[in-house]
Amino acid sequence: MSDKKPKRREFLFTASYAVGAVGVGAVVWPLVDQMNPDASVKALASTEVDVSSVKPGNTITVLWRGKPVFIRRRTQEEITEAKSVKMEDLKHPEKDEDRAKDPEWLVMLGVCTHLGCVPLNDKGDYDGWFCPCHGSHYDISGRIRKGPAPTNMEVPKYEFVNANTIKIG
Amino acid sequence: MSDHNYQPSSKLGKWFNDRLPLLTLSNHLTEYPTPKNLNYWWTFGGILTFCLVAQIVTGITLAMHYIADSDLAFASVEHIMRDVNYGWLIRYIHANGASMFFLAVYIHIFRSLYYGSYKSPREVIWIIGMIIYLLMMMTAFMGYVLPWGQMSFWGATVITNLFSAIPFVGEGIVAWLWGGFAVDNPTLTRFYALHYLLPFLILGLVVLHIWALHVPGNNNPIGIDIKKPSKDTVPFHPYIVIKDGFALLMFMIVFAFFVFYSPNILGHADNYIEANPMVTPTHIVPEWYLLPFYAILRSVPDKLLGVIAMFAAIFVLVILPWLDTSKIRSAVFRPLYKQFYWILIADVLILGYMGAMPAEGLYLLIARVATGYYFIHFLVILPILGFKEKTLPVPLSITEPVLGGAPNLTTAKYKESFDK
Repeated sequence: MSDKKPKRREFLFTASYAVGAVGVGAVVWPLVDQMNPDASVKALASTEVDVSSVKPGNTITVLWRGKPVFIRRRTQEEITEAKSVKMEDLKHPEKDEDRAKDPEWLVMLGVCTHLGCVPLNDKGDYDGWFCPCHGSHYDISGRIRKGPAPTNMEVPKYEFVNANTIKIG
Repeated sequence: MSDHNYQPSSKLGKWFNDRLPLLTLSNHLTEYPTPKNLNYWWTFGGILTFCLVAQIVTGITLAMHYIADSDLAFASVEHIMRDVNYGWLIRYIHANGASMFFLAVYIHIFRSLYYGSYKSPREVIWIIGMIIYLLMMMTAFMGYVLPWGQMSFWGATVITNLFSAIPFVGEGIVAWLWGGFAVDNPTLTRFYALHYLLPFLILGLVVLHIWALHVPGNNNPIGIDIKKPSKDTVPFHPYIVIKDGFALLMFMIVFAFFVFYSPNILGHADNYIEANPMVTPTHIVPEWYLLPFYAILRSVPDKLLGVIAMFAAIFVLVILPWLDTSKIRSAVFRPLYKQFYWILIADVLILGYMGAMPAEGLYLLIARVATGYYFIHFLVILPILGFKEKTLPVPLSITEPVLGGAPNLTTAKYKESFDK
């Protein structure tokens, strides 16, 4: 092979296959990509929520991008409990300070990280959330403590627009 | 084979057959030599063909009234049930037809396991069958989503989330499947399109399945190679046609019982509540025919490994022809395999029951043991059994035990190799 110069015909074959592959790829990609989230879905990226009526110890659930978001106003005891957990006891170690910027407000996606069910409030072995589908227990910071879920419940991007309004997204 | 020389008797038939040999094909199907000892477990191939046709016919008629839109789908199903002429009947046949289809396919698969029909030279028939089974599960799952009830929505959420277990690309794949950030209208419309498409792919694969079957011919209850045609065989028509037809009638009585007397017993009451993305039903269960796999998924405490175990449970079936090392096909002559076979049936039934129960305490423990046994059966017991088992003597032909002879060379040689 090495002592022979590639033949003209071999070069033409390879070049034809390459151009053909690019052509097939260019046709297939739009057919695949049409299934990805479209412009109208992406346009619904943020939601503003009025939280003035939420009492301490209560959770409200709002819909953001088709998914429930839990907004919990935590009591002082709950905050203390969340902060007192040792990192080595956690499957997915995250400090409570990193999950709740303002410790009174815990904002997170109400979606179990196992297979996407909505966990139930004030249930489970760790006084937080419990997923009825496959039995994952979360603590009052939304961190996974027991069960098949691999990670803590996700904290979305959010900010306080003013004292009473949270903007998610 | 003799049918290659087939000549239509009429002049027109001959003219047509020379141009498109359809009459040769139909002659092949009529004359097709079939082992004369086939029992009723062999009638489920015909029953399954009926199920597929029934699902396609009722499905197309439902499609004339159903609307795939997250705001309208639930109401359009109620419209079918209340307003459309015989809509209740067509929908109940379609919904229960899915269950009947799986009932028949499980009997068909377990018949193959008992009589060793997946073994050489029938591996390709078996693998095509497994692909059909996979497509059936996908079709049934997507069909269950279409009424857009609570079980539809949350079943779709849980199953599509299985793919999020894939490292790195999982989340991207799930968003691609959904066409959004959660199961929503784009998910519904694509599931509808695919639910319409897949049955026709299954139909094509069924043709290949039967074609591949007609190369070596049917296996039979004693699992020996037979000479075809010979006094061990009967022509497909009328012998098998009548037998299949009778079994189909019996099957339709069971089918009709469900459709007319308990049309909702195999479904779930929560699916008569419209989908709500804010509330998960307290107890999500898939349809009964997926429960054993669901139990395997839940019995593994790790997300990725659970998903791998579930897919592996299907994959071990695909490679079964190479896991089972025994040269004897039928369990009739395999005293040990016969016992393990029934233990496997019990194991799968236990898994199915555990899949319907909450994943906690004793249920979870039993599900774990049953999951372990399932894999041990296929990956440990079957490969070893082929070498260790003392099999019973295999007759030379189907007629031999009755008439004491009619050996043919292939089976005689085949038998000799075991007598050593």
